[in-house]
Amino acid sequence: MTTPIREHEAPRQTPAADGPDDVHRRRFLGAMGKLAVALAAAPTASACQLAKAMVASGRFQELGPAEKEALLAKLEARYRAETGADITVEATEAIPGVEFGYALDLSRCVGCRRCAYACQKENNASRDPQIQWIRVLEMDKEAGVDFAHADAYYEAEKVPREGHFYLPVACQQCRNPPCTKVCPVQATWKEPDGMVVIDYDWCIGCRYCMAACPYGARRFNWGTPSVPAGELNPHTHVLGNRPRPKGVVEKCTFCIQRVRQGRYPACVEICPVGARKFGDLRDPTSEIRYVIERKRVLVLKEELNTQPRFFYFYGT
Amino acid sequence: MRPGRPALLTIACAIVTGAAVGAGCGDEVPPAHAATSERARVRGAAAAATPPESADFEVPPPPFSEGIFPCSDCHEDMEVDRTRRKLEDEHTNIVLRHDAEHRWCLDCHDPTDRDKLRLASGERIDFDESYRLCGQCHGDKYRDWRAGVHGKRTGRWNGPKRYLLCAHCHDPHDPAFDPIEPLPAPIPPEAP
Repeated sequence: MTTPIREHEAPRQTPAADGPDDVHRRRFLGAMGKLAVALAAAPTASACQLAKAMVASGRFQELGPAEKEALLAKLEARYRAETGADITVEATEAIPGVEFGYALDLSRCVGCRRCAYACQKENNASRDPQIQWIRVLEMDKEAGVDFAHADAYYEAEKVPREGHFYLPVACQQCRNPPCTKVCPVQATWKEPDGMVVIDYDWCIGCRYCMAACPYGARRFNWGTPSVPAGELNPHTHVLGNRPRPKGVVEKCTFCIQRVRQGRYPACVEICPVGARKFGDLRDPTSEIRYVIERKRVLVLKEELNTQPRFFYFYGT
Repeated sequence: MRPGRPALLTIACAIVTGAAVGAGCGDEVPPAHAATSERARVRGAAAAATPPESADFEVPPPPFSEGIFPCSDCHEDMEVDRTRRKLEDEHTNIVLRHDAEHRWCLDCHDPTDRDKLRLASGERIDFDESYRLCGQCHGDKYRDWRAGVHGKRTGRWNGPKRYLLCAHCHDPHDPAFDPIEPLPAPIPPEAP
């Protein structure tokens, strides 16, 4: 057996004047050069279209106040033209000194799914193709929390069904989110008040974040989203429920358009059994603090150290 | 700030005759308010972080059956019969499924003043304060409800809220929830 030659010991081949590799390389470079010239001389119309497609002058996080205002105006004009509705887009920032938390009472949820539909309506999620940010999982009481055998597609005449309990899942707004770490363009990040948000104009639709999320919380717009004109919620936030284009990821934002105005998220308000609780974790008198301090609280997939802001508890 | 008893009385008196709660425990989501021009959209001069000293609470009126209140319209002139029995002449639509083995009407309804409920101490309370009666036995739920953790609340997480009396969700005579019809299942992904 001959001693293998290491990479750094191999004699370097001096490039032949006109070896076969050279010819291929030159032809390739020549072709690329011609292509570059052709592109540069392209008619200005296509360049304009490209510019129009780019709404923002950069990543939302990097825009200054004036640029943000310009962006909001442009978005509003576009949405009004597209939908005919009097849509407003705001960019309300996080309230200083506030960190949101959410708690869901597993002993109360009956699996009626009203939260999923209210969320869809409030956040202008596409009806066709259907996107719902909340997924209500039916689980077996005997088995406990077992995602592998949970059923999101249960059909029932009445709920709750005997022997089952219900666990709605949406974005857990993790304090240590895996999704924001994997985004190749930093189109998703964690806001100071806790929500993980997405810049819909910067998202390239690679769906790495969807692969990273352990809760299956993110949704992708495989098709052009469509919401019937009469059902559109015109009060939108640029990082929340404004109309999204095809090809971007979206997810629960704790109704950023509501909570930054001091209101409860839509799911909290619609729940007929009062299973959902929301509030400011830093306020010692808030409902969320009461739950965490007094009730049996759990988080999903705790071993992954995502540290969710979404807590599940047993009210009884 | 968890309201103490006097505050609760004040709250109970602040009854808003507004929209009815509706079937169940309120299906509506209050509509969003338009972003006003005064509000700096980008800077976020929106909600305050510190909750107000006394959060305002709005409560719908007790869910009486049509025309049933005031009870004294009929009962003022009637003799009080404290014999525990099944009613035959009136209120036959009420079937008690709430500790029926041990309790009957006059354990909660005051025998001499039917416009009031009675506590175990004999104290008479208004129907607006019925939670005090429920809280006698269901103390843990009562404390949770006072904190906003039991039952449904709408409104602002840092401001005025609208909450419900026990009776708005739980029929006092048959408090256990019946199963409800769920909304349709999500559309499963298409098979390839």
